[in-house]
Amino acid sequence: MIHFDNVTKVYPSQNRPALAHVNVAIEKGEFLFLVGPSGSGKSTFLRLILKEERPSQGHVHVAGKDLSRLSNWKVPHLRRRIGCVFQDFRLLPNKNVFENVAFALEVIGKPRRFIGKVVPEVVDLVGLEGKMHRMPDELSGGEQQRVAIARAFVNRPMILLADEPTGNIDPATSIGIMKVLDRINRTGTTVVMATHDAAIVDAFRKRVVELEDGRVVRDQSRGVYGQAY
Amino acid sequence: MRVQFVLQEIWIGLRRNMTMTISLVITVAIAMALFGTGLLLREQVRASKSFWYDKIEVSIFLCAKTSSNEACQKQDITEQQRQTLKGQLEKMPQVSNVEYESKQQAYTRFKDNFAGAPGFVESTKEGDIPDSFRVKLKNPEEYKAVAQAMLGQPGVDTVINEQEILKRFFRILNGLQVAALTIALIQVVAAVMLVGNTVRLSAFNRRRETGIMRLVGASNTYIQMPFILEGAIAGLIGGMFASILLMFSKTLLVDRLAGDVQLVSQLGWSTVVAVIVLSICFGVLLCAVASFLTLRRYLRI
Repeated sequence: MIHFDNVTKVYPSQNRPALAHVNVAIEKGEFLFLVGPSGSGKSTFLRLILKEERPSQGHVHVAGKDLSRLSNWKVPHLRRRIGCVFQDFRLLPNKNVFENVAFALEVIGKPRRFIGKVVPEVVDLVGLEGKMHRMPDELSGGEQQRVAIARAFVNRPMILLADEPTGNIDPATSIGIMKVLDRINRTGTTVVMATHDAAIVDAFRKRVVELEDGRVVRDQSRGVYGQAY
Repeated sequence: MRVQFVLQEIWIGLRRNMTMTISLVITVAIAMALFGTGLLLREQVRASKSFWYDKIEVSIFLCAKTSSNEACQKQDITEQQRQTLKGQLEKMPQVSNVEYESKQQAYTRFKDNFAGAPGFVESTKEGDIPDSFRVKLKNPEEYKAVAQAMLGQPGVDTVINEQEILKRFFRILNGLQVAALTIALIQVVAAVMLVGNTVRLSAFNRRRETGIMRLVGASNTYIQMPFILEGAIAGLIGGMFASILLMFSKTLLVDRLAGDVQLVSQLGWSTVVAVIVLSICFGVLLCAVASFLTLRRYLRI
């Protein structure tokens, strides 16, 4: 589903590469934790999958397509098949739960009847039944992140990227978020989650890829966060 | 494309930037009104020129007992002198038509022209207006050659060129036109910069929305459309205000000129409508293009 083929990324103003000679293959339906300290290249890894950045060397393949050969006007179509969740939720404060989730479908031109049917299903899936008309500031952090996950998943993407989704949430609530991500993974969606949260990684026992200074130092199935941290 | 959604986004954008939008509308309105006025004046000059150049004549007034010119020696022109002059005029390559107007014909025409001012007519006797040749030229600009050839000939009193009178009038119209277009140009530059700022603010205000749109894979046109339409709508509203101003300038400036000077052929409303349509299209296009160019700098896709 996602293949990193000897990928190096150097940002123009920096000497040290953000990623160096990374080879990772992620199969369809996998759940992968991307771990490592800040600045180890986790976010760059995710941005390369979205074609927000281009590799300086090497190739990134997503869903069988070489992103370096993907023309710019096709990038939106790539992103429709990838959902994204962030540490800071990125909800629209002037829209309620339904409208926030519906926004993702409206801007890709889906018909209103389809939106009216699909959005409540997804809102139920992430466990926010009955809160469709709440505004973001009336929700807890965990609930806001569920809205963000619903928005990322509402278009049924093949891949879900999560950049520290539990970074702003207390441990008890994080478990709930992880259960939602697990539920989404069980529908066949590939999930890549960058995280600092050792407890979660240790509890879930999924595949772990560890980055350090832009290099892959560990790629382990059913792994733990690691002793060093 | 969901039309309602796009319209809603545009409305939000325009409302959040209300003061910017208003100043943009005013600037565009003034720019387009002046641009349109310039076009109207140009049209006016063109129409009057072709109207009057057909009618322009060089009048060669002939010696009479009353003429004050020394060369005439208080004598009427002789029949022979008149025939010689007529022959000379008809042979000149610049001349297309020569007509002789006797004292009686001149007096009759005078009476007709000033029928509205009986006092003026009564104080004038037949014979006060000397007889003359009314010469039509192939090209009114070539008046000098004819005047030089005729002045000083025996029997010629004065040569009057009607074009000299019109020229002053056209110079005023041309000056107005240049002034209007110059100010319009300055306003257009201001409008382009204002559109740039408005769109930049708008893009900044909606960076969250556009960021999410990018992430969920909205197409570039979908992301840019509200901004471009925002500019275009401001341009359209400005253009509509400009058309009101243009109608004023038609009734207050052009028609009044026509009324006062009696020299101007009337500009029809069809010309005004054409100018208005042109101005509005220009305004909308200007704002849309300016938005588009600004977006390329401030909205990363």
